Amino acid sequence: AEVEETLKRIQAHKGVAATIVINAEGIPIRTTLDNSTTVQYAGLLHQLTMKARSTVRDIDPQNDLTFLRIRSKKHEIMVAPDKEYLLIVIQNPCE
Amino acid sequence: MEIIYVYTRKRSEFGRPCSFSDRPAKVNVDIPPDPSMASSFVLRNPVDSSVQHSSDMSEHEVNTERVEVESRGVNHVEGGWPKDINPQEVEQTIRFRKKVEKDENYINTITHLGALMEHCVKQNNAINIYEDYFGEEEVAEVEDEPPSAKTINVISKLISFFDVLLPKRDPNVTKRTATHLSWHPNTCKKLAVAYSSLEFQQNMKEMSFDSYIWDLENPNKPELVLKPTSPLVSLEYNPKDSHVLVGGCYNGQMAYWDTRKGGLPVEVSTVEFSHRDPVYGAIWLQSKTGTECFSASTDGQVLWWDIRKLSEPTETLVLDITRKGLLENALGAVTLEFEPTMPTKFMVGTEQGIVIACNRKAKTPPEKITSTYSGHHGPVYALARNPFYPKIFLTVGDWTARIWSEETKESSIMWTKYHLSYLTDGCWSTVRPAVFFTTRSDGTLDVWDFLFKQNDPSLSLKVCDEPLSSLRLQDNGCVVGCGSKLGAVTLLEISSGFCTLQRNEKNLVNAMFERETKREKILEARHREMRLKERARSEGQEMEVEEMPVESPHDVLERTRREFFEVIEAELQRRARAETQPLRGKVKDHAGEEEAAQGEESQLPKDREEEEEEKDAA
Repeated sequence: AEVEETLKRIQAHKGVAATIVINAEGIPIRTTLDNSTTVQYAGLLHQLTMKARSTVRDIDPQNDLTFLRIRSKKHEIMVAPDKEYLLIVIQNPCE
Repeated sequence: MEIIYVYTRKRSEFGRPCSFSDRPAKVNVDIPPDPSMASSFVLRNPVDSSVQHSSDMSEHEVNTERVEVESRGVNHVEGGWPKDINPQEVEQTIRFRKKVEKDENYINTITHLGALMEHCVKQNNAINIYEDYFGEEEVAEVEDEPPSAKTINVISKLISFFDVLLPKRDPNVTKRTATHLSWHPNTCKKLAVAYSSLEFQQNMKEMSFDSYIWDLENPNKPELVLKPTSPLVSLEYNPKDSHVLVGGCYNGQMAYWDTRKGGLPVEVSTVEFSHRDPVYGAIWLQSKTGTECFSASTDGQVLWWDIRKLSEPTETLVLDITRKGLLENALGAVTLEFEPTMPTKFMVGTEQGIVIACNRKAKTPPEKITSTYSGHHGPVYALARNPFYPKIFLTVGDWTARIWSEETKESSIMWTKYHLSYLTDGCWSTVRPAVFFTTRSDGTLDVWDFLFKQNDPSLSLKVCDEPLSSLRLQDNGCVVGCGSKLGAVTLLEISSGFCTLQRNEKNLVNAMFERETKREKILEARHREMRLKERARSEGQEMEVEEMPVESPHDVLERTRREFFEVIEAELQRRARAETQPLRGKVKDHAGEEEAAQGEESQLPKDREEEEEEKDAA
């Protein structure tokens, strides 16, 4: 219920194109996109997040990755990582 | 010695197949060595033979096989599902998903991450950080570097070798002031420096009279030593002919040198017709022949010379501002200024602090002096016209530097504050109209940029501990040479901010000059008005005498006396009335004064006063 609310709220923001929740194994739990795209995003972003996290921790072991933002020409992909899950939001920044 | 071996074959045997046979070697010619020839050979001992010790290396080429590159795509397939769940079956996947969603950890995590995410999403919505914000503004050329100057060379007078060799001479050479600097006109690689001691009645026995021409590349030894008969106080390169220099001596003579002819002057002016005091200013004139120059000295004269005939000056001018041409009244000249674009006018700065502008082409000697500008408390040590605005000139004297406009004769249009030490020399920058340099007697060089800062110099550099006596800017505007009292000439390179013309600078400087000139003009007009008022009030009584010329002198005297007393009475009455009725009286006073100021007509004040008397009586 709370989860629903949170996700709905995020989805309702201006410019948000899609929301994806994936677990540690790369299985999409919640998604607003079609399956194949979701799977693609899930696989690629999972690996990238792992890499980013290991980079941060290599530089400073006390540090940890809190958020990852990839801004591209068309939109911005935001990844909020956690130990077990990954929340991915794709937003079109307002112009 | 010819060695011939003859080989014969019969013609009939031509074309036959060759049958080769083997036979042992046969000596055909044997030439033994001739020992008599050994004498024509020279035995060479030792013989140079080179040997290199290095490891043997060999070169080998290998052709590698080509690397094959291929592009491939990766297809992500759903994976990671636990073993028992078949990803194809929708039901199973849904069930799995539902199970995960029920997990508490999941709920907490998502809530937490959701908050985080929302923050970023909102951020993105709020502002687009990649927007092009400053596209319209043009990139201004910012001069980041603070104004600075760098010493590039210090030429101190060399201790002559001769002092060591000749035991008669005192090894301590008296340090003489570098009184004047002149850059070589074209190349600016050479600097002519005049050395002399300006102390009054200095012991001159050990002091050398020489002045030097230095080449900047060789600061240890002068390129040429000029040997005048008396120390040089001023020295100038001829802008037309860079081999010729003219120098003014301490004893008043003028001498000229040709650098191709060596260190002795080519000609020296005769003592009788020269100046009587040191020649402080000597400048070349613009003339077709390029041989004319003029000089000024504290004896009050300005003399024109043609260097081809230095026996007597071509023209003289006595700097007497009362325009009578009396030498006794003359002011001593300390600096001379001449602008090649205005060949008939020149200016002289005097010891008394007055700047005299003169016209060379005036008909009579008294008319030569066109105007005077007084404003300094002490001698005017430097006088320079702004190279961009010739009507504006800079004077340096006593403790200030002042900028004048030719039109305002009463006071300078801009001036610096009073410094703690004397200002000894100054000059404008040749590239920027708003920049000028001054040197002080505490050894500091000031660079003023009045577009940037008007109260203080933009850059103040302590060049040396002794007073700086002369200053000269190179024509390119970047290098400035300053001479000190002890004879050391320091060359400084100033930062490029001072040498490059800023945007809009000419307009701004022009506007500033015009504004200041206007201000001074208004002040001048006001002063004049006030003076006229004063004069008219006192003259008002004298003018009445001329009204009736027919009267005899005695009658005139009587009448004058009478009228005078009448006026006094009226004035006293008016004053008395003014005290009782201050307001009305003041208005009347004002009216009376203004009328007096407006007209030069003698009738008016008397009439008005009479009218007022009548009014008051009525």
